[in-house]
Amino acid sequence: MSTRQTQRIDARPPSSGLVIETRGVTKRFGSHVAVDDVDLHVAEGARYGFLGPNGSGKTTMVRMLLGLVYATRGEITVLGATVPHRVADVLPEIGAMVEGPAAYPHLSGRTNLALLDASGPRRGRDGQRRRGRVEEVLERVGLAAVDRRPVRTYSLGMRQRLGLAGALLNRPRLLVLDEPTNGLDPHGIREVRDLLIELNAAGTTVFLSSHLLAEIEALCTTVGVVDRGRLVLEDALDAVRGPTGRLVVRTPDPDGAARLLGRAVAERHDHTLVVDAAPGGPSALARHLVEHGVPLDGLAEQRRSLEDVVVALTGPGSDTARDRRDRA
Amino acid sequence: MIRVELIKLAGRPRTWVAIGLLCLLPAVVAVFLATTRISPPPGQGAAFLSAVLQSGSLYPAAALALVLPIFLPVAVAVVAGDAVAGESSQGTLRYLLVRPVRRTALLGAKLVAIVVFVVVAVLSVAGTSYVVGVSLFGAGDPVAVVRALPEVTGGDDAVAGAGSAGGEQPASAGGQVGGSDASQSGARPGTDTGDSTAVADDQAARDRAQSSVSSLSGEALGPADLAARLLGAMGYVVVSMLGVAAIALFLSTVTASSLGATLGALAALITSQVLVSLDAASSVTPYLPTRYWLAWVDFFRDPIFLRDISSGLWLQAGYVVVLMLAAWANFTTKDVTS
Repeated sequence: MSTRQTQRIDARPPSSGLVIETRGVTKRFGSHVAVDDVDLHVAEGARYGFLGPNGSGKTTMVRMLLGLVYATRGEITVLGATVPHRVADVLPEIGAMVEGPAAYPHLSGRTNLALLDASGPRRGRDGQRRRGRVEEVLERVGLAAVDRRPVRTYSLGMRQRLGLAGALLNRPRLLVLDEPTNGLDPHGIREVRDLLIELNAAGTTVFLSSHLLAEIEALCTTVGVVDRGRLVLEDALDAVRGPTGRLVVRTPDPDGAARLLGRAVAERHDHTLVVDAAPGGPSALARHLVEHGVPLDGLAEQRRSLEDVVVALTGPGSDTARDRRDRA
Repeated sequence: MIRVELIKLAGRPRTWVAIGLLCLLPAVVAVFLATTRISPPPGQGAAFLSAVLQSGSLYPAAALALVLPIFLPVAVAVVAGDAVAGESSQGTLRYLLVRPVRRTALLGAKLVAIVVFVVVAVLSVAGTSYVVGVSLFGAGDPVAVVRALPEVTGGDDAVAGAGSAGGEQPASAGGQVGGSDASQSGARPGTDTGDSTAVADDQAARDRAQSSVSSLSGEALGPADLAARLLGAMGYVVVSMLGVAAIALFLSTVTASSLGATLGALAALITSQVLVSLDAASSVTPYLPTRYWLAWVDFFRDPIFLRDISSGLWLQAGYVVVLMLAAWANFTTKDVTS
């Protein structure tokens, strides 16, 4: 496996180190612009979070990356191949989940995977290995114990796992996942996150779209924020969540601290104060407080939360009535 | 991909229910015929039904005649209409396409699976009805059914000129006719091979001609001959269904609703059936998909009458080519948003 992967990389080195690159991609459905002039840059080995409210064009973008929907304008390159013309060449190296899982409801999960596997391009002709592959991915997503029940009887969480198993069948270099944790319980979400981190550590690039901030924040290294079809932010998560230049002070004596610091206090909630950073940084402030008899419970740099950034950058989801009125 | 499509088709209970129902209808009819021994008067009811009382081995042909007008096209339209639209509404289409399965390959595999379905359905109907027919009516002597069939005549005015026309007709049919046709009023087997203007062989004429049916005194068909004719008829019925399949498959790429595609194809067929029997629409009749559906009966004429059969084959081929090209053009360029 590893040798084959190496060969593939040798055969088609992504010139820019980018696994997904789009330039000016626009998609119109009639007069509605679903995706508007989007430039994506997903680096090899990244865990990229594609974040946006519902109806902001995430799924359309994902479909365009996979050659399901054709862009009205713009260029898309995935794993070095232009999409949609050459997308079939690289799809075998991509695992995808688009807008929820889907399976033949009257067949079992195992049969569904076997059929999906057999539909793909032939890689060696040993059915034995195919069966092995199916068992392996079922194991990975926690469905190994699944019996011959038809998918129709599965819970939403099981279907989601089955969809993920289908995406892993190829042992992909690139995973494109649209809302992969929909319908999973907290335990399942954690499992999927751990699985994705594990796969990523083994070299798989993960492109994940979600409207859930927490999910992106917990998993991704890079974030792209889309709003009403436009990409409004694309940056490393650490850079996005940079320091605000303020310190958060926790103390049992907030009154004393407030008196001591005076105007530097920007916000105050119970025992917590947000303080404009003074020269000397946290350590200087700590010394200052302690020397003047104000006890400290905690002191930390304040960082922007992804949520603050996103809310500042984006409007309400385009499926809200308010937004529709705004546009009209 | 074809293998996967066949597995999917065979894995659906619906496929077997459809085939079972197709086989059931002729069996039910056979039971009624066998218990009452009341045969439909020649020329009424489905072709061959009056003949099968003499020979059960003709029952497959009667069964084909029973399922051809409605049951079989409905079954084909259901399967073909669901082919792409079903995957699309189920969401499995997008997962197939990112496997990747090329869109052209998928469409081709779907078409092959539908053809296999039609072949299996027709074979099942013929097989079960042969067993049913022989066990209920006995094997008998299958006679040259040419006598039992509605003649292809030019209708009333042509019948009026029967005497002279009969004299001019080629010897091909005349040999076996013997005296038998003289006993019947206006029956002239094989006249249609002659004058093409007088012999307007449109559907209406075929219907009118059903009143002029000859006796069942043709020569006995050997088992091999009968089997060959049956196979020919079955093959022709399969081909006749391809037009329906192509219409439904094309619509299936247009809409995401299986039901819409199926009903659309059936609506096209019903329109075609109505127009075929409408004299005022005679200018378009030769191009309607159902126009030559009944031509398989010609395999049981003596000699086998090939003109309508070959017209039917060409017509169906035309429908398949045009509609599959349209389906391909539509499917390969459309956004898969389901």
